[in-house]
Amino acid sequence: MTDAPVIEMKGIGKRFPGVVALEDVSFACRRGEVHALVGENGAGKSTLIKILSGVYRPDDGEVWIDGRPVAFRHPVEAIAAGISVIYQEFSLLPERTVTQNIFLGREITRNWMLDSAAMCAQTRRVLDMFGAGRRIDPDALVADLDVASQQMVEIAKAISLDAKVLVMDEPTAALNEAECRELFETVDALRAHGTAVIYITHRMREVTRLADRVTVLKDGEIAARFETLPEPSAIVHAMVGRDISDFYAPFATADELGKPVLSVLGGSNDALHDIAFELRAGEILGFAGIQGAGRVALAMAIFGARPFESGTMTLAGDSVRFTHPRQAIRAGIGLLPGDRKGEGLVLMQSVRDNGMLTPRAFGNLFSSHRKTAFTDLAGMDRLLDQMEVKAASYDQDIRFLSGGNQQKAIVARWLALKPKVLIFIEPTRGIDVNAKSGIYRLMRDLAKEGAGIIMISSDLPEIIGAADRILAMRGGRIVAEHPSGASETAIMLDATGEQEAAV
Amino acid sequence: MTDHVLSAAKPEKARGLPQINPVYFLLAALIVAIILNNPAFVEPTGYMNFLKRAAPLAILAAGQVYVIVSGGFDLSVGSLITLVVVGSSMLSNNDPNATGWVIAAMLGIGLAVGVVNGLVVCFLKVPSLIATLGMMITLNGFAFMWSGGAPRGYLPDSFRYFGRFNIMDIPVIRMLPVAVIVMAVLGFALYWLMHRTNLGRMIHAIGDNPRAAQLAGVPVNRVRITAFVVSSLSAVVAGILLGGFAGVSTDVGTGYELQAITAAVLGGAQLLGGRGSVPATIAGALTLTAIFTLLNFLGLPQPVRQVVQGLILIAAVALAMYRRKRTGQ
Repeated sequence: MTDAPVIEMKGIGKRFPGVVALEDVSFACRRGEVHALVGENGAGKSTLIKILSGVYRPDDGEVWIDGRPVAFRHPVEAIAAGISVIYQEFSLLPERTVTQNIFLGREITRNWMLDSAAMCAQTRRVLDMFGAGRRIDPDALVADLDVASQQMVEIAKAISLDAKVLVMDEPTAALNEAECRELFETVDALRAHGTAVIYITHRMREVTRLADRVTVLKDGEIAARFETLPEPSAIVHAMVGRDISDFYAPFATADELGKPVLSVLGGSNDALHDIAFELRAGEILGFAGIQGAGRVALAMAIFGARPFESGTMTLAGDSVRFTHPRQAIRAGIGLLPGDRKGEGLVLMQSVRDNGMLTPRAFGNLFSSHRKTAFTDLAGMDRLLDQMEVKAASYDQDIRFLSGGNQQKAIVARWLALKPKVLIFIEPTRGIDVNAKSGIYRLMRDLAKEGAGIIMISSDLPEIIGAADRILAMRGGRIVAEHPSGASETAIMLDATGEQEAAV
Repeated sequence: MTDHVLSAAKPEKARGLPQINPVYFLLAALIVAIILNNPAFVEPTGYMNFLKRAAPLAILAAGQVYVIVSGGFDLSVGSLITLVVVGSSMLSNNDPNATGWVIAAMLGIGLAVGVVNGLVVCFLKVPSLIATLGMMITLNGFAFMWSGGAPRGYLPDSFRYFGRFNIMDIPVIRMLPVAVIVMAVLGFALYWLMHRTNLGRMIHAIGDNPRAAQLAGVPVNRVRITAFVVSSLSAVVAGILLGGFAGVSTDVGTGYELQAITAAVLGGAQLLGGRGSVPATIAGALTLTAIFTLLNFLGLPQPVRQVVQGLILIAAVALAMYRRKRTGQ
């Protein structure tokens, strides 16, 4: 850890038309070190990494590797120099095996024939190097692996390329708790192996678990640099420029909780078994669990997208049965999908059109798009104003907005209908810290106005901080109930059903 | 993240310079070129005949853009035109009084074709390219069967009125073809439906992201089927105009489906859905007709038209992709 840095970026500056993306940023990483690079969305982290990996060229400054300056003209040159980046979207070929992916483009041959045995053996050796050998078969198809294993294949590919520097860009974004733990162990193994790891994240838990050093970027400049691991609050303070004390909104008080607005009894379908719970008006009810525990299936069942096959559901005192989302929406249920781009937004349409989508969907097909039974354009603008959606104009395509502002526009879609129940699936995924806080407050405000809120999240600290009551799910069942502010360990234990889960 | 940074500056630019669809410039340039080649074009007989000739394609393309914006293609419209022309001549059987119910029957056939296309795409999950390709072949077969392979080459004048007749003695413009009136009225109606109603916004939404639209409560199937019906009905109208204009044959509609798609793409419609404009598509249809007219003036043979049309289609899509890449997905 005392040796000279493997890579060093000196005084990097990068400008795009109209924006300074990076200004005088210096950053170094040594062998066997995990250097966390944190910052909000738009802080410049990805731009910095794209310069390091040869995607962009810097306007100012230099990149040094092993004490020599380099100027990459193409990502391939960076890879050859020993820099591997693992992006959030994987670059694996799903219909090829693990080995074929790792040796893609540099297959080992003997007598002009592919030497599968040699490649397979090397793959096994690389996988074993960080303990992935026991869970990944070199001959398995990548498409058959879970997300965590696919990520390990990416890492194995980087190692087999002899990467001196491994950059991981928010590697836990798609992982559940158990998979995260495996990833952390992998990173530990890489550090022990002497790889320099640059770890990009905005989750404090990961920083405290993994980092040796921390650099905070804000608005394209270095906001803080910590040579030893600081208190998380110091990092957050540097990131957002304020204290975190009021990060979550206060829990509901007893008199803020109203009558039960939604209850399910004995709800079952192919993914869910004997679901029973009650949601009260004014309450935020959290659903915790690992991926595949049935939380999203439950949301889709309530919403009528993948209905319950048996059991009863009561909404505001009326017995209901939904077989299609339109029935659920008409009865007063709204849903914010977990995959914002894939399931939530119509990206090429304006902010206003995204907000008006649901009101229009319940209007007459052939009547004017300016006015529906629920709201008109002016009303939608007021809703968007109220939620402080930041856009150059509400006529702007929504794809240009940040994640937090996009999420608010989807909320506006439902608010116009004044729903009795709102289901938030992963409401803060991919949203920066400041905007997260805004979403928690928004959920609390909606609850105070009398809606029942269901919150589904894989981010345990946020469920604990935001929900008034937490139900843990496992294998399609609700297995336990926890009060607000319960301990992470206790919930994890129920969610995984294993003792060892309590790290 | 970088996209985010990049985009911060973009809206300013977009607001400062209101973007005018390049198809209008292209159309203007072509019209100037035509006038230079043939000064008579500035006379009413010149440009009115041009508009009259362009009317069927303009209407057809204005309908096609509904399906394109909803995320599909409608290849069946060309053979639906043929079926309409052949069927009308068979049904009316030279009886001028039959025109009213024959047109009603054709609109009925169009409605049925659109609904079937929509149902096949929505419920049998057949991609629209294939579903409407099958419909195209089927309708062509029907047209042949109905006419016995040799269509009786007559349509009563009362039927041909729409495609052929010119209203004369009008001040300033002197003549006004009925086809141009039909184009103007239908064009405006289709513009209104696409850009000023809930249906239009939802067609954009389902072409952009069908899953998101569905979870937002959009009746995706109903909207999609309606888009196919609009396209089919516009094909019926185009067929009625063409029957009047060009007469009866079993290949009258051949190739029109691709011309309509080309026109929509020239007008900037996004293939695979989510974006498109009816006025720009009509301008695209006029542009395509102007190109053909110009090639005619230059004395280039018919096959050259096809070569040019193919190249235009590729160039327009390539340009659209390039512009899209530059504006950051």
